[in-house]
Amino acid sequence: MEVTLGPITSIPEGEGRNFQVGTTQIAVFRSRKGEVFATQAECPHRGGPLADGLLGDSTLICPLHSLKFDLSTGQAANGECALRTYPARLSEAGQILIQLRDPT
Amino acid sequence: MAAKQKLVVIGNGMAGARAVEEILARGGADQFEITMFGDEPYGNYNRILLSDVLNGSHDASEIFLNPLSWYAENGVKLHAGVRVSKILRHSRQVIGEGDIVEEYDRLIIATGSLPFIPKMDGLKLPDGTDKPGVFVFRSLDDTRRITEYAMGKRSGAVIGGGLLGLEAARGLQNFSLDVHVIQRGKSLMGQQLDDPAAAILKTTVEGLGIVVHVNKDTRSIRGHDHVTGLEFSDGTRLACDLVVIAAGIKPNSGLALRAGLAVERGIIVDNQLCTDDPRIFAVGECVQHRGQVYGLVAPLWEQAKVLAAHLAGTDPDSAYHGSKVATKLKVMGVEVASMGITEPSEEGDEVVQFTEAKKGTYKKLIIRNGRLVGSILLGDIRKAPYLAQAFERNTPVPEERLSLLFDIGAPSEAASVDSMPVEMQVCNCNGVTKGAIMGCVKQGKRSSKSVMEATRAGMGCGACKVLVSQVIEWACGGATEEDPSAGYYVPGVPLSKPELVEAVRALGLKSVSAVFAALAEGKEDPSSKPGLASLLNTIWAGEYLDERDARFINDRVHANIQKDGTFSVIPQIPGGVTSPAELRRIADVAEKYHVPLLKLTGGQRIDLIGIKREDLPDVWRDLGMPSGFAYAKRYRTCKSCVGTDFCRFGLGNSIALAQQIEARFQGLDSPGKLKLATAGCPRNCSEAMVKDVGAVAVEGGKWELYVGGAAGAHVRKGDLLCTVDSHEAVLKLSGRFLQYYRENARYLERTYGFVPRVGIDKIRAVVVDDSEGIAERLDQAMQRSVDAYRDPWQEAHTPATANQFRSMLPIVQ
Repeated sequence: MEVTLGPITSIPEGEGRNFQVGTTQIAVFRSRKGEVFATQAECPHRGGPLADGLLGDSTLICPLHSLKFDLSTGQAANGECALRTYPARLSEAGQILIQLRDPT
Repeated sequence: MAAKQKLVVIGNGMAGARAVEEILARGGADQFEITMFGDEPYGNYNRILLSDVLNGSHDASEIFLNPLSWYAENGVKLHAGVRVSKILRHSRQVIGEGDIVEEYDRLIIATGSLPFIPKMDGLKLPDGTDKPGVFVFRSLDDTRRITEYAMGKRSGAVIGGGLLGLEAARGLQNFSLDVHVIQRGKSLMGQQLDDPAAAILKTTVEGLGIVVHVNKDTRSIRGHDHVTGLEFSDGTRLACDLVVIAAGIKPNSGLALRAGLAVERGIIVDNQLCTDDPRIFAVGECVQHRGQVYGLVAPLWEQAKVLAAHLAGTDPDSAYHGSKVATKLKVMGVEVASMGITEPSEEGDEVVQFTEAKKGTYKKLIIRNGRLVGSILLGDIRKAPYLAQAFERNTPVPEERLSLLFDIGAPSEAASVDSMPVEMQVCNCNGVTKGAIMGCVKQGKRSSKSVMEATRAGMGCGACKVLVSQVIEWACGGATEEDPSAGYYVPGVPLSKPELVEAVRALGLKSVSAVFAALAEGKEDPSSKPGLASLLNTIWAGEYLDERDARFINDRVHANIQKDGTFSVIPQIPGGVTSPAELRRIADVAEKYHVPLLKLTGGQRIDLIGIKREDLPDVWRDLGMPSGFAYAKRYRTCKSCVGTDFCRFGLGNSIALAQQIEARFQGLDSPGKLKLATAGCPRNCSEAMVKDVGAVAVEGGKWELYVGGAAGAHVRKGDLLCTVDSHEAVLKLSGRFLQYYRENARYLERTYGFVPRVGIDKIRAVVVDDSEGIAERLDQAMQRSVDAYRDPWQEAHTPATANQFRSMLPIVQ
């Protein structure tokens, strides 16, 4: 199921914002190169707000304890944990679209 | 493919086997058919651990490096237990006992060394066989023979008071023998220690119940059919049941000598480890390179690498230039580190020394032209890794010599890395143990940065970084890889700070994204962003193009993020002076927004903790106070004592000064946070001596200015920069110091690291005496930054970015 979250301008360049989709919180990131990523909102380490992290290309650093993730795969740099990721893209009108998995 | 060359290696000890390993690691198996001779009937073992086998802490089976199966697996033919009797150079053959003949295209001699046996009578029985009870201590078989013979005996003597002798003595104690060490010279371990250190060691050794005899030259070993005692040249005697001769080693070069190769003390080799026969190489303790022979393992590793690179052709320029050897060892439970010379030998050599005989601690440094040329550490060897590095790399040592001997004000390391238990926590923020770091190194990470990133050790408060690096260095056996990014200002831009500043100025780069585009091939490294933002702000002040994504979250929302995602709000309270009206407003805000925790901070302010992001703008508006910046790498606060208005001891108006300081430096960007204080008298109630900058009033209307102090993760008393006589002078000089720090410190390097690194004398020369003629420029740069200040809480009225204070966005369909 693809969901429209709103205009990309709701997220400043190089930052992330959280979206409430039903009961799920999703962090969406907008890189300075124009890519869009969507992941779970909380860091699996200690629940840090990932949307508040530092973003560079597809790498994100959690603001609480500096865990590093590759947003394109969800993998943590130290290999200890991983993020749930959601396929994300922009529509021609600049709307953020993310693909939600069917509930399992 | 061409036929493989025949490579024969004589010697299967640590040097021979290591050389073969290094050759295999460079693809040597494709080029060479390798044959090895070893005169011991085993695979290759770690000779250094023989003393542990003797003292029972290791089983013999535990010290093998390569078992016999390793040779077969790697296609190496091993003649184990076969002694080579000669080398026939004209026919390029090696002849082993039992008429084994191997031909070679290339030959490596790695015959190691032999025990040195001083001249004495009674070593042998009349029939020429070894006298029962006389041993050397060099091989596994020697160790086994000593063990078997020592059972049930009453006393043993070790001839030789060097490292090997002391280890043998400690081993003999394991068999409940009375143990004597016989030293011909006047002190123990004469190679590594000077007289005072040797005297301390002797006391320690004797405390362990070993009798040390110095200045005793053994004339003969007594006993008709087995050992019964020793007789010395002074006519005295000592009764004993067995003797271990551990008086040193000599290169085992007889085979090479008989083959007609050039041999002096050892087999003479050039920088490629080649003998005077271009087909024959030699490596390890049997060689003499530039007049030096080595009896330690580190040079041997270096030689093996060079030899392998040369033979395998992977690096034809590879050359061995000799080793500077720093040794670190544990002798009978006493930790010893020794490097270079043990006594000053040239005019102008500087000696720095510390002795605490009662605790068995001794430290000595010999410094020549500002560089370490020798050091002895006994008892406390915590500084050994640092000193060994300075010695081996020949880097200049800090002017503050004391810091070479002690970690003054540094967090105390409970023990040296070596004796630290595996489960000990090295990084207390992230709970990383010594064992976890060892595991990471084992997986192949060999630079500080890569290990820290993988384990997160040192990535919390950072206070343990030095210790973490030491553990990594230790785990790598000293062979850490220099991380190229270690010298960069930020890891993602390959430039040092001065290079980066120059490039930024030359190219007019005013935003972080512009720096990545111009200097990092467009690759954005997130961990580099805040450091770049700080530097650009320092360089450009009001002209800086502020991209909010380059800031840490705290600096985006001007509040300090808490573990539950809420924020803490600390308004400015200059000098810690508040008023009933202000307190009432704070109280009202706390009630209105249900602030869960209202707390006085260490910086004499009030912290409203647990505020929701959405409420931040309203909280700021209601408070009507400017930001206290208690969330950023910036100027934070200036504490003050009561000063002169009420305090009966006050000498200077510390409150007024603190308020002036705050008004001037508020919000100032900096490589690390800045915590300041002013004290109205030397009683220092505001703790000004442990601040980044502290001003202390003294009699006569003067202020002492201290810099580089700290009392957080790291504790350090500030250095006195100067004494001045007005508030204006305090503001001017502290501003100039801070600007110098901003321009020259590494990112996140606090003043407590920066000041000792640069040296207070240098800083004083630049800041106070204007030795470089830059004082005026520093003052102007600081003034520009002061002028660029604006209160970020004004963004309550005009958010800087989309949804700046929204923690969750609804879906807009």
